[in-house]
Parts: sequence; structure tokens; C-alpha cells
Amino acid sequence: MTVPQHGPSTPAPWGTTQVSSNPADIVVKADVLIVGGGMAGAWAAATAARTGASVVLADKGYCGTSGVTATAGPGHWWVPPDPPEARPEAIRARANAGLGLCDPDWMARVIALTWEALPTLAGYYEFPRDASNIVQYRGLRGPEYMRALRRLIADLGVSILDQSPVLELLQRPDGSIGGACGVRRQHGNALYRVESGATVLATGGTSFMSHLLGSRTNTGDGYLMAAEAGAELSGMEFTAAYTVAPQHSTMTRSMSYAFATYYDTDGHEIAPAGPDQIRLLARELLRGPVFCSLHRMPQDIRDHLPTISPNLMLPFARWNIDPFNDRFEVTLHNDGTIRGTGGVRVVGDDCATSVPGLFVAGDVATRELVAGATSGGGAQNSAWALSSGHWAARGAVDFARSRDRRSMPLTPVGQAGLRPLGTARTSDVGAIVQAVKDEMHPLDRNLFRSGEKLRRSQQRLDSAWKEIRHFSGAAAANPLPAREAAALVASARWSLAAALARDESRGLHQREDRPGTSAGFDRRIVVSGLDSIRTGFEDEVHPSTRMELAE
Amino acid sequence: MIEIVIADRCTACNACVTVCPTNVFDTGADGRPVIARQADCQTCFMCELYCKADALYVAPDCDRPAPVDAAAILAANLLGQFRRDSGWDEWQGLYPNEHWLMDGVFRRAREASSSAD
Repeated sequence: MTVPQHGPSTPAPWGTTQVSSNPADIVVKADVLIVGGGMAGAWAAATAARTGASVVLADKGYCGTSGVTATAGPGHWWVPPDPPEARPEAIRARANAGLGLCDPDWMARVIALTWEALPTLAGYYEFPRDASNIVQYRGLRGPEYMRALRRLIADLGVSILDQSPVLELLQRPDGSIGGACGVRRQHGNALYRVESGATVLATGGTSFMSHLLGSRTNTGDGYLMAAEAGAELSGMEFTAAYTVAPQHSTMTRSMSYAFATYYDTDGHEIAPAGPDQIRLLARELLRGPVFCSLHRMPQDIRDHLPTISPNLMLPFARWNIDPFNDRFEVTLHNDGTIRGTGGVRVVGDDCATSVPGLFVAGDVATRELVAGATSGGGAQNSAWALSSGHWAARGAVDFARSRDRRSMPLTPVGQAGLRPLGTARTSDVGAIVQAVKDEMHPLDRNLFRSGEKLRRSQQRLDSAWKEIRHFSGAAAANPLPAREAAALVASARWSLAAALARDESRGLHQREDRPGTSAGFDRRIVVSGLDSIRTGFEDEVHPSTRMELAE
Repeated sequence: MIEIVIADRCTACNACVTVCPTNVFDTGADGRPVIARQADCQTCFMCELYCKADALYVAPDCDRPAPVDAAAILAANLLGQFRRDSGWDEWQGLYPNEHWLMDGVFRRAREASSSAD
């Protein structure tokens, strides 16, 4: 690991933003840069460090509390190797649920690696034993899981840069990625730059700034940075996963709602448990308030709730609500691509993107490979985060060692929100973010879709994109909000374009004007581009191998 | 959103400044944390988990400020619940991590709803 130095090479300024002359500005060199310190990023950092590579992990917040794992309780896709038919059966069941878009080979790899790798966290995470003294690995508590991963990677010598949002990637003349630039937001937004042999994006998905628990930092930054470097995205139409929470709260922990009974304003019971429950609730919410009671939960489960999920009861306790006897109002929060499946397209077994030297892990990558057209929330997504973290790290280490590119110059490639296009404008960044929320959260726009509504949303977000594209950060002491806004608008525009291209209904993507699946759409839809967006079927438009490196 | 740092309890360790994923706190001139950017709070309660002094109170309201009175919060015994139920620090061993029981909860819910059909 190279000790952070005061850089002799001052990082290139972006746009007209005043770049700090602060001596805290640093240049760090490493074999592998991991962008994002949630579950996927931390597993990637551990894997890369174990190969002997020098690793820097940069997180927008704090590796340990950032992201949606830390606030949740991820269960992993956990299928024993015995009996031998267990795994093929699990894969078949899940492939059917994924409606033709999964890949059984990837599913098998994910199950196998998760089974091997998760127990290696023993010593950092205290895996409990059940009454039969069998160690329970499958489900972990989020805060403890992330605390364990942080301690593990610290012990392995990973350099962790907390509170250091990455703003843009650095590209070499051959098109490969050679690191990233960001700011240290607790050090006066001093610029830092990591020069790395290869880079793993693990920035998470995006809830489009909904109140999904723990998702505030997940603004789609990785999608934007990958696309600016030339990568494509896949499955971005699957962004309509919604989760119940008490009204005005972030508590999207689904466990308590397993026993929920829902009522309309007249007190009539609605939305019985079943696969369509969220859509039934959404219909009711469009009519008026919906209320919930947990009276069906057995007493012995109530007694254990606080030590199963300690955060779950906090809102009730603080609002003085007895959820087992009172009826409390509920809402639905959009999970976007977090419990949805869209993300950067993966082109190799090592989670490579089509951009050389750029790898993806966790929710920033498409999870269609393991979840298809349905939510990978819970088991598949966690197992994917762990597995893709491992593969992306190995891919990055191999790439970093394949050829010495250290002498090549690096060009920062960030655009929207950093470097204004044409005439610079000073826009209201808050209004741009609100525009994204207005299109991506309402149930009657994003959950119940139609071509006409999607096109109207597109027009509004094309305007928002123009605003942020011309936005001048000149006066901004803090470049992060505008950059986040750009990522949010870009992610929403890709989602809308993919939703229009998928001219049918499938899984999470339901078009009221196109009910039912259509055989011709048994394929993944790829989107790319920033100012103008291109869509196409994965197998037709894009080569399945990564871009050749120019020598 | 985060509503209050109880001055009488805060030990100025500034762990909340370090761990807040959305960078809500600053270290004030007196060395103690201050809520500098409340609007950025994502109501995740993580700061409370890392506050060994139980000096922080996050109101469950994520979309509206909910100002609170320090005395009332103290009287209602609402501080430290998350850290205690999580079995962190001095609570280790007293409040076991039973997260692994969650699978069984979902299974029983499925059984209950299918037997009701």
C-alpha cells in the first residue's frame, strides 16, 4: 500500500469548479480501487487484499453504516450441496420465477460461492447456533455484518477512505479505467485521486431518493460513472419494487408485515397475503389511506422481535403505537434498483463491464443473472453481492497485473453535474432531484405503467437532464449534490427508456397498456448513452465480449 | 430524523460524526457534535447504535421535523433502546442476536395465511 502523499501531480480541475489548493489534497496509488463500502464493496476489498494486492476502498459515508445492508438483515441464498438435487431444484424454481431472464450457470456459481465464503466471516461475526447446536449462517444482522466486514478488511490492510464520495472515473488513452477522483467531505471537500490498476464499482443501486431504509447515499452514482466511461446497463426497466413502511417512517423491514392485516378507511380488510399484495395495497393507497395491524402475530414471536430485528420496533415505541392492537397508517416506498434488478451490464464471469479495467459488484451490477425480471430482494441479492464482490475483485487484480499501465496519462471523464455543457446555468439542484422523485415514486406512474405515462415522464426528465447537463458547479463549494442529482436523473431516464422498450409486462415491470408477457421479449434489454439513450436486445445490439484494448 | 444530542450525556467522543452515513453532524467549536445538516438525515438510527453514551435521539419521522424535548425523551426512557436490544457494548450476552430466527417467522406467517385460505 502506498502511503497517501501530498501529490506532486495536482489533479486536473473539473469544469469551472474551483479546485482546492488545500494541502490535504492527496494522490493515492493502489492495485485495486473499490468504490463503495457496503456489503459487495467490502467483500471485494477482502478478496483483493487476500491476493496480496494493495487496495483502497472509498465510501461516500462510513464503511460499516453506509448502504442498505447495514440497516437491514440480509439473508443469503443458502442451499446445501446435499442432497445433490437441492441446488438444481432451487435454481429451477428461481429461474421460473425470473421469467426467462436468469442464467442458471450464474445461479449455480452464486450458490456455490456463497456457501463457501460466508462461513469465512467467523471470527468477525458471531454466527449463532440453533437448539440442535447447528451453526446458522444464512441470515445476518446488518449492522453487525458490516462491522465484521470492516474489521476484516482493516485487518487485511485495506486503506479505507470514509466520507470520501467518488465523483468521477479516470480513463487511460486505451479506454481502460485507471482510478477515480473524489472529495473528502469532512476535510473541506479537499480533492483526492486514487490511481489504480483496476477499479471495482460497488456503489449500490438507487431508490431514487425514496425513504427506503438506508438508501439515501444510493443515488446511482456508479451507473452514471460507468456509462460515462462507455458501459451499458441492463434490466433498468425492473425498478418498480415497493415495500411497506409505517407512514412517515423509513422502517421498510418486511418481517413484521408477514403477519399484517390491512384495512381501508372504512375498516374493511383488504389485500390478503399473496403474490399480488403490494399491487392490491397500491390500488388502495391511490384511493385513500391504508391502515395495518399486526394482531395476528403470535405472542412468542412478538416477544423475540426486538432481539431478531432491534430497529423494527423503534418507530412504534417512539410514537407510542401498539402495533399489535392499534391500527397504524402505512405507505409504500420505492425500492428502485435496490430490490429491483437493473444495473450495469456484466460481460464476463469476472463481473467485467464492457469498459476494460472496470468491474461491478452488488446492486450497481444488473442482478438479472440471478433474479431475472423479479425482485432479488433478500436471498438472491445478498448472495449476489457477496459473490460478485469476490469475482469482481479477482478480475480487477488480474487486470491490474496483466500489463503495467502506470505510465499512461489519466483523464477524468465526469460530465453532468461537474462540467457544464455549452452555456453554463445555475440550476436548482433540489428541484432537479424532486423532478426525479415525481416521476419514479408515484404508484400510478412507476408501478402501474403505460407507454403514454412513460413518454410524459421521459419528456419531463429530458428537461431535467438538460438542466443538470448545463449546470455549473462554479459556485458550489460542495460538488456532491449536483453530481448526485445528475446520477439520479440519468438512472431514471434509463429506467424509462428500458420500460418503453419492453413493450410488454413481465415481473416487476407491468404495463397497463401491454398486459401479459410476450415471447419475443424473453431477452434482456440493454440501455446506453447519456444525452441520447439507445436501447436494444442484449443479444442483438451489443457484442458479448469486452472491448478490445488498443495496443 | 435526528432531533437532539443530549448535552448532559454526550462525552464528545464524536463517533456520530465519524459513522453517520449521510454526514449530518459536525464537531462544534466546543468539541461536541452538533446537528449541522438535519435535512440530510436518512433516519437509519445508526448513530444511536454507535453512541455508547446513549445521547442521541432519532425521531422516526423521516419526512418532517419532529422537535423533541430532552427532558421528555429522558423521562420516557427512549434513549439507548436500539443499542441495548442489539446487545452491543455492555449489553453483549444479555440481549442475544436472534436474527437467525427470522426465517422461521416468515415460515410461520406463510403457514398461517395458507391455513386461513
